[in-house]
Amino acid sequence: MNIYLPIAEVSVNALFLLGIGGMVGILSGLFGVGGGFILTPLLFFIGIPPAVAVASAANQIAGSSFSAFLGHVRRRTVDFKMGLVLLSGGMVGSFLGVELFSFLQRAGQIELFVSLCYVILLGGIGGLMLAEGIRSLRRQKNKNVLLQPRRRRSWVHGLPLKMRFRVSHMYVSAIPPFIIGLAVGVLAAIMGVGGGFIMVPAMIYLLGMPTKVVVGTSVFQFLFVTGFTTVMHAWRSQTVDVILALLLLVGGVIGAQVGVAMAARLKAEQLRILLALLVLGVGIQLALNLVLTPDELYTLATAP
Amino acid sequence: MRLILLIIIALVAPALPTQAQESIVTGISTDNIALTADFEGSEVFVFGAIRREAPVPEEAGQLDIILTLRGPEQPLWVRRKERRFGIWVNTEGVRISQAPSYYAVASTRPVKEILSETERLRWGIGMDQAVRLVGGHPTITDTRPFADALVRIKESQRLYAQLEGEVRLVEDTLFQTTFELPANLVEGTYTAEFFLVRDRKVLHSGGTEILVQKAGLERWIYNLSQELPLVYGLAAVALALFTGWLAAVIARLLRR
Repeated sequence: MNIYLPIAEVSVNALFLLGIGGMVGILSGLFGVGGGFILTPLLFFIGIPPAVAVASAANQIAGSSFSAFLGHVRRRTVDFKMGLVLLSGGMVGSFLGVELFSFLQRAGQIELFVSLCYVILLGGIGGLMLAEGIRSLRRQKNKNVLLQPRRRRSWVHGLPLKMRFRVSHMYVSAIPPFIIGLAVGVLAAIMGVGGGFIMVPAMIYLLGMPTKVVVGTSVFQFLFVTGFTTVMHAWRSQTVDVILALLLLVGGVIGAQVGVAMAARLKAEQLRILLALLVLGVGIQLALNLVLTPDELYTLATAP
Repeated sequence: MRLILLIIIALVAPALPTQAQESIVTGISTDNIALTADFEGSEVFVFGAIRREAPVPEEAGQLDIILTLRGPEQPLWVRRKERRFGIWVNTEGVRISQAPSYYAVASTRPVKEILSETERLRWGIGMDQAVRLVGGHPTITDTRPFADALVRIKESQRLYAQLEGEVRLVEDTLFQTTFELPANLVEGTYTAEFFLVRDRKVLHSGGTEILVQKAGLERWIYNLSQELPLVYGLAAVALALFTGWLAAVIARLLRR
């Protein structure tokens, strides 16, 4: 069942899109990640123009994170004040990212840039996760290995502009969360990812936030940043395909339910290694596309 | 779904003043193609007959027909990749000022055999005539590979086609051909042109138009995204939030 996407201007199998959405949904249910970093490269592989893929993925993430956000609000695991600081950074980052994106699009380098970002990101994250997964498998066998102590106080706590965050029980400078938010906003705009995989570790290890509010706060941040990014892309470059985003979204929500059910039956360490291998696989595929001699050395793009 | 609408519009093209002995009467299977959500390409059937005022002279050469179908013109960038630091990077680019989004030439025999070069250039028939590079390029001296690449890529997307020998001519009077339009069509007015060829010259020509438009929801969505981009963006987010919420509620109900 093929469907003609009005903005991407390509005809794609609708069931295939639902399937991709579902697969990413399963991943997010299994591993508790947003899945944007897998979704966008998959859209490249099936021939969606990169600009449309990134912008529509941001739209899809906004939709799929909304119900998770409501759940966190109900359980009171969102630090709204911290979220707003992250968000203000995120908005600035998203704005800068969208400008950079449309500049690179005009220069004809957007595909290369987005691919390079993905290769670095997926390679880095995949490698780290694989190392972590193998380490924790070893740790299970040898229970005597000590867990590394977490540093509670660091250079971060010496910065000015301190604010009190009641929900997180913290008194820290607003600068680090603003910068974290900004970086994630840029990533959302140029890569179509939510950025939870960067924000969560940064909040735990850099800011020392209590783990129970970290995920909720990060969902709050990327719900709004991806929403804002979608509007910015729609406004600046008209690259948001609603039909594409909705198909991915429906597949994603169904997949997430399957993923949650599957996660209950599998071991966490094995899951983490599985995800790491998948992430590395996509990263290697993208890297090969950059390195191997392409069949066609010329590319076409519509000129303004 | 193949769209074969048989809306026949007979068209009597005005005869050229010089050689009025032979002219063509043509028809086309459709004058309107709708790009709907389930659009998977379309076939356009072009047919016609040759009308003669007087019998053909004995010494006259073989009669041939050339039919072209051309989509709306658009400027394009053609960029060439080169290996830099181990990876393939777009380095040089040429802006093609005019290239049809779709272009097909169908003929009874190869165009080079039936038409003289001057006549071909005069009537603008052929790939090299379709892709025009106005003014060349300041630094790239040989822009020919870029124009060739454009034709090659478009051919692989089935957007350009050279259909030599694809026009069937029966008894020197009736002719027909089929253009296959792929799913990735651009909106706009497509022109079909007919050329009646004898003795390496065009005796008579005429044309008709086909309107290709996004239809229904597709059209509405596309127009909104272009005309009110801010409203479209806000609506896209609102719709995604609602769908996400609704789907989660349904999923929760199903689990119970």
